[in-house]
Amino acid sequence: MMFIDPHAHMISRTTDDYQAMAASGVVAVIEPSFWIGQPRTFVGSYIDYLSSIIGFERFRAGQFGIRHYCTVGLNSKEANNQALAEGVMEILPRFALKEGVVAIGEIGYDEQTDLEDKYFRLQLELAKELDLPVMIHTPHRDKKRGTTRSMDVCEEHGMDPSKIIVDHNNEETVQEVLDRGYWAAFSIYPSTKMGNERMVEILAQYGADRIMVDSACDWGISEPLGVAKTAKLALQRGIPKEHVIKVCYQNALDAYGQSGQMHEDDWLNPAPIDQRTVYEGNSILRGGRDPLVEDATAAPPNKLNADKLIIK
Amino acid sequence: MNRSRTPQSLLSQWLHDRLPADQWDWLQQTLVTCAKSNTDRELYIALGMAPRKLGKADLALSDAELSDAQAAYAGWTPSDWSIDGAARLLVLLMLAEQNQADFDTTLRSLCATADVSESIVYYRGMALFPHSAELDEQLGEGLRTNMSAVFEAIAHNNPYPQEHFDDHRWNHMILKALFVDSRLYPIQGLDQRANPELAQILCHYAHERWAANRPVTPELWRCVGPHATPIMLADLQRASQSKDPLEHQGAMLALSQCPLPEATKYITAFPDTAEAIANGTLTWDALTYRLNSTTQ
Ligand SMILES: [Zn+2]
Repeated sequence: MMFIDPHAHMISRTTDDYQAMAASGVVAVIEPSFWIGQPRTFVGSYIDYLSSIIGFERFRAGQFGIRHYCTVGLNSKEANNQALAEGVMEILPRFALKEGVVAIGEIGYDEQTDLEDKYFRLQLELAKELDLPVMIHTPHRDKKRGTTRSMDVCEEHGMDPSKIIVDHNNEETVQEVLDRGYWAAFSIYPSTKMGNERMVEILAQYGADRIMVDSACDWGISEPLGVAKTAKLALQRGIPKEHVIKVCYQNALDAYGQSGQMHEDDWLNPAPIDQRTVYEGNSILRGGRDPLVEDATAAPPNKLNADKLIIK
Repeated sequence: MNRSRTPQSLLSQWLHDRLPADQWDWLQQTLVTCAKSNTDRELYIALGMAPRKLGKADLALSDAELSDAQAAYAGWTPSDWSIDGAARLLVLLMLAEQNQADFDTTLRSLCATADVSESIVYYRGMALFPHSAELDEQLGEGLRTNMSAVFEAIAHNNPYPQEHFDDHRWNHMILKALFVDSRLYPIQGLDQRANPELAQILCHYAHERWAANRPVTPELWRCVGPHATPIMLADLQRASQSKDPLEHQGAMLALSQCPLPEATKYITAFPDTAEAIANGTLTWDALTYRLNSTTQ
């Protein structure tokens, strides 16, 4: 089975993770621009960060046979540094049309301040101008109201819900997000967001339409195999295979493919020798004889936990 | 009849011949907008929109068109270029012509935030821009990349290095090509720019490979032969005794280009290969062809 992880901060991950993800069936990842843990204080840091995710990280993923896409945006935490935020807004149009940019994101609210609101709205307008989908980060605290507010603001700006992916959902938010016509993404992130047993319950209850699963793996204790493990667990617990394919692959492709920057052919039919790309081809799609697959499963179990299926 | 044509007019002609009317109109409109604009915003959007509006298909130039390219600028080899890349370069050449002083700053800033396909276009086009110390520095930056496709945009089929690199930068480009498993034959000026210092560096590198039991590419010896010292001859002899036929042939070709009289006796030790070199059936081109067919 092929998987897409539509939310993975690979810039914070090791090559072991790339190997394990490729071995688990991940063919494509989407790297949203995000909070790197340490506040950026110069717009120059932002420029170099965005250049990294459209450049070197894409190359790094390609070496493992994984196609890499990204979203660009000013995250909600850093929207509170007005001088930085102004600088970032000025340079964003420069990055939003780069190859492989599939959305403006992840944007939205953290503490729901006035500045967060201001730059969220400005970025929605930019997405509209450039005809790009939007990835919304819903806040950890006061999540339910923050999620509702995010959608209210989108509608105020005349955004089309079918081009907006609302991420980091849980049992409390999913119904409203689906009812209002948005894509609902779930981050299988240990301890703070969703566990995959809960995720399977949600799939049993809501089906697979407009739902997608991601790992949101980053610099914290997180799980780059979140999508693959959730798929396996869902199948074990009786979720129909067509539903698993939708939530772990097809829906992400349909939602972010609206950017025109992400096509199934990118990984299924890459040019055999393309001097203009940096993609080495997926070893599983090539027949799985490449040793990197064996390496991934032979890695120390405490490092990758490939057999430890449940993520709490 | 095209002898006097500039790269800019050729790119324009090629795109005109290939693009449907609406895409061609978009490109013309974009050129006008960028020429008139006094901020960079229009330029960034134009370069970003080029693949979206025009697609990324191969430019697929004919032999006649490729010789027009060579006539317009010696060494210019746009044989595997794309439509969007050609359009991006056309926009930049227009800006360079319009305002050369600002162009250097603009191009450096474009390179600093380029995605991979943009980097490839900018570096492949570098020889066609007005030469300057600024752009030369940018090219040095590009050479330090870890992305092989970007490195090869500079090193391969590009007239810039042979025209502008000093020996130090040249030698490190060759060495880096070997380190990142890039081929040497697409490097323009490979034979003309060979030098004694490079021969020395490459022999040291071959020794490191041998010490680690790793193979040495036969292409390496091409830059050694003409400048081999008596000590390096021993390395060539060792490589000529290799069980790998291609490594043997590479070393033999290098020996045949070595001016030292002792080289002859190592060549005559292998009469069949010596004969193939003498009658022109074994050349660097022929070896390259064999090398390509064994690794694909
Ligand atoms: Zn995130």
